[in-house]
Amino acid sequence: MTDLRFTTDHEWVRRDGDIAVVGITDYAQSCLGDVVYVELPSVGATVEKGGAAATVESVKAASEVYAPLDGEVVAVNDLLAGEPGHVNADPTGEGWFFKLKLSDPGQVDALMDEAAYKTLVESLA
Amino acid sequence: MNDWSQALGGFKPLPAIGETQTGNRALQIEEPLLFEKDSPGRSGVDLPEPPPHTSRLGNAARTAPIGLPGLSEPQVVRHFTRLSQKNYSIDSGLYPLGSCTMKHNPRLNEKMARLPGFADLHPLQPISTVQGALELIDTLAHWLKALTGMPAVAMSPAAGAHGELCGLLAIHAALDARGETRHRILVPESAHGTNPATAAACGYAVEAIPANGSGRVDLDALQAALDTDVAAFMLTNPNTCGLFENDIIAIAEAVHAVGAYFYCDGANFNAIVGRVRPADLGVDAMHINLHKTFSTPHGGGGPGSGPVVLGGALAPYAPLPWVVHGTEGFGLLEQAAGPAAQALGRLKGNHGQMGMFVRALAYIMSHGSDGLRQVSGDAVLNANYLLAELSVELTPSFPGPCMHEALFDDGFLKGTGVTTLDFAKALIDEGYHPMTMYFPLVVHGALLIEPTETESKQELDRFIAVVTALARRAKTGDAAEWFRGAPYLTPRRRLDETAAARKPVLRWLPVVAAADAAG
Repeated sequence: MTDLRFTTDHEWVRRDGDIAVVGITDYAQSCLGDVVYVELPSVGATVEKGGAAATVESVKAASEVYAPLDGEVVAVNDLLAGEPGHVNADPTGEGWFFKLKLSDPGQVDALMDEAAYKTLVESLA
Repeated sequence: MNDWSQALGGFKPLPAIGETQTGNRALQIEEPLLFEKDSPGRSGVDLPEPPPHTSRLGNAARTAPIGLPGLSEPQVVRHFTRLSQKNYSIDSGLYPLGSCTMKHNPRLNEKMARLPGFADLHPLQPISTVQGALELIDTLAHWLKALTGMPAVAMSPAAGAHGELCGLLAIHAALDARGETRHRILVPESAHGTNPATAAACGYAVEAIPANGSGRVDLDALQAALDTDVAAFMLTNPNTCGLFENDIIAIAEAVHAVGAYFYCDGANFNAIVGRVRPADLGVDAMHINLHKTFSTPHGGGGPGSGPVVLGGALAPYAPLPWVVHGTEGFGLLEQAAGPAAQALGRLKGNHGQMGMFVRALAYIMSHGSDGLRQVSGDAVLNANYLLAELSVELTPSFPGPCMHEALFDDGFLKGTGVTTLDFAKALIDEGYHPMTMYFPLVVHGALLIEPTETESKQELDRFIAVVTALARRAKTGDAAEWFRGAPYLTPRRRLDETAAARKPVLRWLPVVAAADAAG
């Protein structure tokens, strides 16, 4: 079991206190295909749960990445600007998108755990 | 060693069958860039020395070579002829690219466009000397208004997306005149990418409306999203799934009920031209891709042309210039004054894509109203024939009948290890341009096929046989590797699209300069 939580839009969240790291799941990256560009939010931006926070572009399509929780963007993964391939190679590690300072850390509890997300992905296959 | 063997770089051992000394494959000749063929000193022209003169360029005079390659005329002719032979066009075969309406360009259109009275005009000639050209624009405008039932048309937009810009600017101006500021534009999930892009470029927040189970706009979701902050709803009809939006009257009423405007993307007008007038569906503005519906060449960078028909509320904002009837024949209103007081400024230099106007009008007049009605009928019949025949081996995304294009998903490839991309690449080896892939996004691994009215039953049958055979091959279960290697018979094999997007090389540089730049 990992400490990751998941959304129905295929983002993952790793919470540490009131800070949450956000990225897209392995399933999401495999559907997108090779990622060629990632547009990240500005540090300091306020995002709302469910609102568009980033854009990820692959050879097939451009897709929105939604903020899984309310909060303020405190860091973004600058590595993705030059090497967007990290999103494919290591989606839950080097391929993280941004870090949020959560306005309500309790929101995390409403997200899926790994088992529930696995069931969701299997239902989509 | 003899000179000639040195020139060939020394003979290699006899190449294997299928390989050649030069890398050429019979008529498929390796073609370097013109700059790579540079032989300094060669020239196709022999210019006389300039007469004695005193230069006034001063420091601005160029001292370094300008870097043009030295080439003889036959080298240049062969270069471009060889490139043209590598091209695939509607003149060489079926071009099934969905949502693009790649139809035959009648040679009559080309003949008309080359008439010196049209081809040799300058846009700034005195009005009295271009009466015929203005009459042609006016006549085409009349046809476009009659075919759509709309009272006005802006002729100058240069292509579909430019037409969208024109339409949304007119909507913005009309809202402004009403003293309203609205912030949102709604588009269906299946929209062409240009729709949300245009809305965003005009400063609006874009909101996607989901599709229902039948591939059409979810009317309840649309109604829930509509309020007095919505400036417009943009819809393609038939939509990009090749389906007619059955609820379009209710959609138009719902949009108008909140004071918003109904913009129609006319990219798929070929499916309904001569049969349905967009005005009767409640449309307030719609661009018409002359280069699709009315057969002016496109694809490969051919010029588009995207006139926008406008309803009464938006007509005053049509961009300049306006072609008008005056006491001394046709005239041009080029200033925002008089009847054109509220007009948007110019969206394009001069009067629009004149060469495309000539071709479109030639197409329209040679078909006539009854012929255009048959165009849409045949286009829809062809697409439905493909949908029915290909549904045997492929998986249609929605039950038929469809309109002008047939949409499949990658369900038939499930478990085979073959992707939509592999399948499309294999089609290239069979001598066809691939269909549209991975669009619309509402369908998984989409394959979108639009045959247009151009193709005969024999041509469609041949295409169906090829696609069916490829689908069966994919389903044998052990063909994934073969598909992943396709195409095998092209000058270049599978291109690395990822590297092209991640590390694009946008400009050719001489080898030495490139090495310096890298250093």
